[in-house]
Parts: sequence; structure tokens; C-alpha cells
Amino acid sequence: MDFIQQPWAWFISGPLIALSLLLYFYFGKNFGASTNFETLCTMAGAGKVSDYFKKDWKERDFALMFVVGLLIGGIISAKFLIPEQTIDLNPTTVQELADLGFSNVGKQYFPDEIFGEEVVFSLKGFFILLISGVCIGFGTRYAGGCTSGHAITGLSSLQLPSLLAVIGFFIGGIIATWFIIPILF
Amino acid sequence: MKNIKFLLLGIFFAIVLSKSQAISWYRFYEMFTFQSFHMFGIIGSAVIISMIFMQLFKSGKIKDIKGNRIYPKEKKKGLFRTIIGGTFFGLGWGVSGACAAPIFVIFGFKAIPAIILLVGALLGTFMYGVVSKKLPN
Repeated sequence: MDFIQQPWAWFISGPLIALSLLLYFYFGKNFGASTNFETLCTMAGAGKVSDYFKKDWKERDFALMFVVGLLIGGIISAKFLIPEQTIDLNPTTVQELADLGFSNVGKQYFPDEIFGEEVVFSLKGFFILLISGVCIGFGTRYAGGCTSGHAITGLSSLQLPSLLAVIGFFIGGIIATWFIIPILF
Repeated sequence: MKNIKFLLLGIFFAIVLSKSQAISWYRFYEMFTFQSFHMFGIIGSAVIISMIFMQLFKSGKIKDIKGNRIYPKEKKKGLFRTIIGGTFFGLGWGVSGACAAPIFVIFGFKAIPAIILLVGALLGTFMYGVVSKKLPN
């Protein structure tokens, strides 16, 4: 039971992510997550506006099932598998965020300052999430992949575009955490 | 239901990400400020082990369920698209602490923020689709 209750270390999680990639390929498909954004746009009728979305989404039914699995897995995890969301953060991180005005740093997975109910219904909070989402959607499609497709599948198959994309991920991520977050909070 | 295996794999993947805190906003903040090894350990070990699998795919020692050779798709080339596209993604990832797969996982924890992120991601994807032919490669 302890294993179910406790957080999993990186050396458990990393190999299990690699196992997920292995199974995804073994099942005959290319591992990745962000193409689903395209499929969902196609299903919502985006093909009427742009030829880019004129695709047969039924060919991607397997990936949509994976997404449904992610949703179910998230619900199972939140409800049953993580009784304690405390994160063992670096004290420097905790101090930095406390200085920015974050409360209860590391006491739960998602800070109230970004994910709290009152915050997401405020104008600022809503747009922080919405615009982040826009960047994620636009960026993954332009770059041709996300963390799964580029950082894991692409890097491990030694593809140069994936290395460049991951460099881009870090340029963006560093700008976001070092400059944008201190401005926003 | 030939796709049920993907559903189960999705559940498994979501549990792995959740249990190892790889969906937590704080973990990505720590990663991008280089204050913790945790996420680098996760992604690094996943990549290194996957490299071994890729070699086994390449040599044909591991074949897919139907006995066919496995070839990972070639990624689209282009300096601009990868760096600039990647930077946009990183900006969204760094601020919200969410990347593509975790958005769906986060729904189980924080449903409304996850829906806002997803609507944004679909808007962004739609915007890309509309302008894709005009963007530099």
C-alpha cells in the first residue's frame, strides 16, 4: 500500500513513461499527445474555415481513446491515489514563490494563485490560463510536437528538429518563469 | 473495441504522471529555474530508456503487435518552426505548468482551469491551422 500512497521518484516515473512509449509503438502508433488538439478542432468543424483541418478524424480514434484514458486516469489519481499533495520542493523555490506572494507553496499540486476557483473566474486569472493555452496549442502545432512527441519520442530517436524544439521549449519556459511570472504576480 | 488498449494506456500514463508530480505547476517552475533534479530525472531517464527501445525498433528486434517493423515518424524539419514554435509552447508551459497530455490529466484535479487551458489550446491550434501556409518554415 505504501507504494500507492507515496509519491513516485523520478527513477520510477521515467522508466514507466518509456514503457508507455514502447506500448504505444507496439500497438502500432506514433507516441505523442498534441496532435489531438488538431483532431478536436476537426471534430468541432474547423475544416469549414481552413483546409488544414479537412481530415478524417476517425483515423485518429485510437489517440482520442488515449485522451479519454488520460481523463479517466486523472480522475482516478485525484480521487484515490494521491491522499497527500505535498511536494518536497527546494527551499529556494519555496522562498522565491513566497516572495512573489504565493501562499501555501508546495502544499498542493496546483497553486491557488493560478488555479484557485476565485482566480480563474477573475479577468486576469482567466486570461492567464486562456493565453497560456493558446501558446501551447499554437506552439505545439508550429513546432510539430509537445513534450511527448518531441522531448521523448523525437530526442530518443535522435531527430534534430526535436532537439531544436526542446531548446525552444526551454527558451520559452525560462522567459515565462524568470520574467513573465514575476511581472504577473 | 480494438482501441481499448489505448484507453488503458492513457489511464496508466495519467497515473504515472500524477503519482510522480509531473503534472504539478511547482515541478515545472522548479525545472525552468533549475532548482530541482526531479523533472530532469524523469524526462532524462525516459529519453535514455526510450533510446534503447528505438534501437531495438530499428534493428527489428521489437516489432509491433501485427509483426510489422516500427518506424517513428520523421519530424517536420525547419529551424524557424521548431525554435519559434517551441518557444511559444514553452511560454505557455512555463506560465501554466501544463503541456499537452497533462492538460487532460489536470481535468481530474482542477476541472475548470483544465477546460480553460484546453479551449485556449484549441484556439491556438485553430489559429495555427488558419495561418500555417503563411508562416516561415
